[in-house]
Amino acid sequence: MLNLELASSAEATSGAGFNARRAAMVVLGLIVVGLPFGLSGFRVFQLSQVIIYAIALLGLNLLTGFNGQISLGHGAFFAIGGYSMAILSAKFGVSYWFAIPVAGFLCFGAGFLFGFPALRLGGLYLALATFALALAVPQLLKFKPFDPWTGGVQGLLLSKPAAPLGLPLTRDQWLYFLCLLGAALLFWFSSNLVKSRIGRAMIAIRDHPIAAETMGVDLALVKTTTFGLSAAYVGVAGALSGLTVGFVNPDSFGLFLSLSIVVGIVVGGLGSIWGMVVGALFIEFVPNYADQISDVLGEGAKALPWAIYGVLLILIMYAAPEGAAGAGRSLARHGRRFLPRRESPSRGT
Amino acid sequence: MAALIHQILSGLAMGSIYACVALAVVMIYQATHLVNFAQGEMAMFSTYIAWALINAGVPYWGAFFLTIIFSFVLGMAIERLIIRQFDGAPVLTVVIVFIGLLVIINSLAGFLFSYTIKSFDSPFPETMSFGRGYISPHELGSIGVVLVVLALVYAFFRFTPLGLAMRAAAQNPVSARLVGIRVHRMLAIGWGLAAAIGAVAGMMAAPIVYLDPNMMLGILLYGFAAALLGGIDNPWGAALGGFIVGVLENVAGAYLVGEEIKLTVALAIIIGVLVAKPSGLFSRAIVTRV
Repeated sequence: MLNLELASSAEATSGAGFNARRAAMVVLGLIVVGLPFGLSGFRVFQLSQVIIYAIALLGLNLLTGFNGQISLGHGAFFAIGGYSMAILSAKFGVSYWFAIPVAGFLCFGAGFLFGFPALRLGGLYLALATFALALAVPQLLKFKPFDPWTGGVQGLLLSKPAAPLGLPLTRDQWLYFLCLLGAALLFWFSSNLVKSRIGRAMIAIRDHPIAAETMGVDLALVKTTTFGLSAAYVGVAGALSGLTVGFVNPDSFGLFLSLSIVVGIVVGGLGSIWGMVVGALFIEFVPNYADQISDVLGEGAKALPWAIYGVLLILIMYAAPEGAAGAGRSLARHGRRFLPRRESPSRGT
Repeated sequence: MAALIHQILSGLAMGSIYACVALAVVMIYQATHLVNFAQGEMAMFSTYIAWALINAGVPYWGAFFLTIIFSFVLGMAIERLIIRQFDGAPVLTVVIVFIGLLVIINSLAGFLFSYTIKSFDSPFPETMSFGRGYISPHELGSIGVVLVVLALVYAFFRFTPLGLAMRAAAQNPVSARLVGIRVHRMLAIGWGLAAAIGAVAGMMAAPIVYLDPNMMLGILLYGFAAALLGGIDNPWGAALGGFIVGVLENVAGAYLVGEEIKLTVALAIIIGVLVAKPSGLFSRAIVTRV
């Protein structure tokens, strides 16, 4: 009798928790879907950028946060994705529905191949190799013999697509929803992936490669595939970015982009999925706010926005060394102390 | 042939600058196992200080030594005030702090001294009586200055008690603490020395690449590559790596491909070498016990 009561009450509480969670998700979903209707075109464009960054961050986090391989050069795959999109649509007239996945597959191939030398290089050496990749790709894009394809220093123009099926959406709104669709699919895929057998293998390799190998994990295969997958995510982000901006050129994919992506995953939290949204918001908006703060400081402070950005970055790392996800975890841990303690249902029977 | 010798010699001159940067990077790496991404920007800032001093009428070598002292203090201050707060933080967190420092120093330099490119005079004469067509006086002079710096650093670590204490603190902090070495102070001195060595690199590089806030970015990357190529646990290997990278870069730029993508080619070669010999050319093989 007692057992039954306890079981049913436990079920009720967990059911209530589930419902509250589901309600929160629904409200959040509605806000995300409703946002582009209440904001100016430019804001919608910025939010699309946030979604694009979130996809790229998730890609790098699969590699760095879950698999433990550091890359300072994922801007290169962003560039490959953006340029594949631009070349396919500008030179071959391929529809973006087709070009975006193709960009993803191309980047998967490039990342998979880069994963092989990466197997030989650990830690710092891999950081150097990928850093070199980040510097090399913009130089190669400017390289004269490739001009007919890449458009050289000028880059390539893309036309922003209009909404299909006669939907009453502006181009910016439609691109926002396109990015949102891509992000939803990719977030769903990776949150399932990291819980799967392959995901556990990735994490095991990060934590203890030798133990993982003893357990029968194929180190080389998992690491190269993860590299490819991570590159594919970033490539899709690059393709979406090319489409949203309507323009690709070598300088938009420089070292700064690569470093921003790394900043984003650390600010969001290594090994976290939803933290990447926070990271993306940070790298999209904080440089702008730093700019505004330096405007307040007066006319002479023209060059200071980056100094303010740097100071903010260091302060955030000081306050939350494990990023937003880590801060969230410790907040939840401390917050629980102030809530009424709930008896755990298994005790006392 | 004369052209090739010229390319190799001016490669050695750039290489001496990379060697300095590599040595600075290795010095911090050995003590903390971190690579300081802001090393180049610190050197750039020091070079601006030297420029300001020279403009204020201080003679070159006076400005040179004042700048080295300033850089030493700056390096120690950065370690004390900022880096020490991140003792024991995850590696990537510290990397982000370095990136933060990089943008702060870069933008402060732009703010204080403007982004316009400045020329920076060489202390060495315009022409000299020998070696004409092969090497310029500044190139010869910077190789000489760097060799003197290397010799001084070697002597410091080999023959002075402080150098010995620093090596002990880097190699085994716990035991060093137990025999009464102030490990934290040694770390701060290490940062100061690295900043001072970097400042020498900056002042030698400025007459060649001109003075602007972004002057050290490429140089830092080559210095980093040099350190890894020579073996990051071996300062002398790292310095030698600097000379190798300098020659490689110049010869590849002149004969293999144009100036446009010489950075890419040089780095591809370095990574090729590293794939074949993952711990660098001159480092001991690392054996891990599992």
